[in-house]
Amino acid sequence: MKRNHLLSLVLSAALCAGMLAGCNSGMPSSSTGSSGAAGGSQAASGDTIKVGILAPLTGDAAQYGIAASNAAKLYFDQLNAAGGVNGKSIEYILLDEKGQAADAVVAYNNLLEQGVTAIVGDVTTAPTIAVAVESASANIPMITGSATAAAVTVDPDTNAVRSNVFRSCFIDPFQGEKMASFSKEKLGAKTAAILFNSNIDYSIGLKDAFIAKAGEIGLEIVATESYADTDVDFKGQLTNINAKAPDVLFCPDYYQKVALIAPQAKEVGLTATFVGGDGWDGAIEAINDTAMIEGAYYCSGFSADDTSEAVQKFLSDYKAAYNSDPNMFAATTYDAAAILADAIKSAEDAGLTAGSDDYKAAVISAVSKTDKDYVTGHFTFDANNDPVKDAVIIKITDGKYTFDCKF
Amino acid sequence: MRQRIQIPMPVRYLINGALVVLLFLLGQFLIANNIISSYFQKILLQVGIYIIAAVSLNVATGYLGQLPLGHAGFMAVGGYTAGIFMKSIPLTGLPAFVLAIILAGIVAGIFGVIIGIPALRLKGDYLAIITLGFGEIIRVVLLNIDSVLGFKFTGGAAGLMGIPKYTSFPVVFICVAVTCLFIHTMMKSRHGRAILAIRENEIAAEACGIHTTYYKTMAFVASAFFAGVSGALFASYLGLLVPGDFGFMKSIEILVMVVLGGMGSMLGSVLAATVLTIVPFALQSISQTVADYRMVIYSVLLIVVMIFKPSGLLGTYDFSLTRIIEGLINRAGIHDGVARKGEKSK
Repeated sequence: MKRNHLLSLVLSAALCAGMLAGCNSGMPSSSTGSSGAAGGSQAASGDTIKVGILAPLTGDAAQYGIAASNAAKLYFDQLNAAGGVNGKSIEYILLDEKGQAADAVVAYNNLLEQGVTAIVGDVTTAPTIAVAVESASANIPMITGSATAAAVTVDPDTNAVRSNVFRSCFIDPFQGEKMASFSKEKLGAKTAAILFNSNIDYSIGLKDAFIAKAGEIGLEIVATESYADTDVDFKGQLTNINAKAPDVLFCPDYYQKVALIAPQAKEVGLTATFVGGDGWDGAIEAINDTAMIEGAYYCSGFSADDTSEAVQKFLSDYKAAYNSDPNMFAATTYDAAAILADAIKSAEDAGLTAGSDDYKAAVISAVSKTDKDYVTGHFTFDANNDPVKDAVIIKITDGKYTFDCKF
Repeated sequence: MRQRIQIPMPVRYLINGALVVLLFLLGQFLIANNIISSYFQKILLQVGIYIIAAVSLNVATGYLGQLPLGHAGFMAVGGYTAGIFMKSIPLTGLPAFVLAIILAGIVAGIFGVIIGIPALRLKGDYLAIITLGFGEIIRVVLLNIDSVLGFKFTGGAAGLMGIPKYTSFPVVFICVAVTCLFIHTMMKSRHGRAILAIRENEIAAEACGIHTTYYKTMAFVASAFFAGVSGALFASYLGLLVPGDFGFMKSIEILVMVVLGGMGSMLGSVLAATVLTIVPFALQSISQTVADYRMVIYSVLLIVVMIFKPSGLLGTYDFSLTRIIEGLINRAGIHDGVARKGEKSK
């Protein structure tokens, strides 16, 4: 009996230790960046403007959430250091929503409670839509840097634009179209095959747009294969695709899946050029042998090789603050924070009270009138609150992301 | 020795009914006076939804003694039923929601029959696996049915959007109360006794003439029905359903609530559902360091409870207000107005 007790204690201690260790190695950037989260500013509440940041800091989407929230925090910290908005500093409140829509709604209400006047976020699609629906009644201006589904800014049932929700990244269909015309025009492809994830909206959205655009410009789709989110073996689909010998293989999924698909494609002898969407960002880090994805192209909102001053400054600032390289969603979220701050400035200039309905309406109208250069390009917003800007095509060469062209 | 005093049944129901009404009024009062803010209200609604899910799973796990792992599947069926129903009928407001909740329960119950009849022929691990399979099938069907049917039905991977949001404190509270009342009375009835007998010893129960397949299916269907109700509340709470929300981990989450609270204890399920829903949010708002480590704290909490109290926090103990009152009366030796044990109340 006593021995059993001891054994169970030792086991539990081992478990706890294991978890702590796993946690420490798993989320280093979150803890380094947390110091400023509770209080983004030191000034009294009368001199601050409260802004909420929603992101998944734990769970499956944590990699995106941590990078995105770090970028937003970085921008507000820089802004506060430079004197804030008309002398008022931005106080940001960062909340984790675990990538779950239900938690995001609760977190949103928490932010509302704390009196935020605008929100940067959310990061992934479903929680963002849930918050977008919830925030309509309070008319809180909200800019996401990474939710790419069309339904984020436009209600798919009524086709009504959610007037308070903006995004600083491309929408899914846009990327599919871009990659179809890129394959045809720049890569000279005549035939294309598609391997997509039938379980995620992102993948389906890109696939549909790619097919539609391909039909328009005369790029022949010779094979369309799908897989489920939990699949790890794609040899069956890849063998079918290989039999059709396409020029390009469009693979619109996130980097984890790409890292599994690419080696298997090589195994079945597929030689087609890989083409993907912005979910590919992170593929090099996720794959063991980068030779597998050598020569692949994907479109992105941002490239670290872009030589423009704004991009290089952002890169070095981010690296200095978090000791890691920013990904695309970090860049777009940084822009989201910047666009929001500029809009807040115009509301401040009008002399409105932070948090009031007029103030929020002024911020929203200022965001929609944005016409300025930011890190990921020159921004204007269209009638659907989506950004109008160039895409960056990234090529994977020598195991690195390289800037190919703006397209 | 003096005989123990028992409170007659109608009085018991009155006392418990009064307690429920008091709790409801207290909640309404606190919300009306903004003591419970909209943020806490949202958490409170989630608590209610998970209480229904946990209490209903407790019927199959705690009382029937089986281990189904597909509870989230029934929630999904209920949620999507309610969501699609409310979106497609011209009726709006509370009547539509009440109909949707009932329909969600019934459809989930029908699925319970369909799954229960074959699944309950199996025991233990096998039942766990078949129900796990069922939960996954539901999720995969919800994901892919649109492309098979060729028209918009569940919304596929994008999710079902635009569900009217009617879930409010009174609705959730009433649903929780009705769920607990129904399950409590069911367990006190001969049907409930039969279910408990099956848990204790199935062969002996069958030898006593209990139709085990019938009672097992009945318990399973009751469990599925209320899971459907909680799914409907969840759908209207969020206004958006994504199949990924009803994965295997959701089933496990609910099972953890039941096991942690104590299998076979309704109060245990209620308490565990409340605590486990609130703890992650509460830890996040204490301080940033706690927020960073809240997942660890949460897991350690679970491990510690399971090591030191493997039967769950409350074991099979169930709360009974009348039992406490009886105890007090007996200790004080008050006789008037209550019937003695063995006497029939009038």
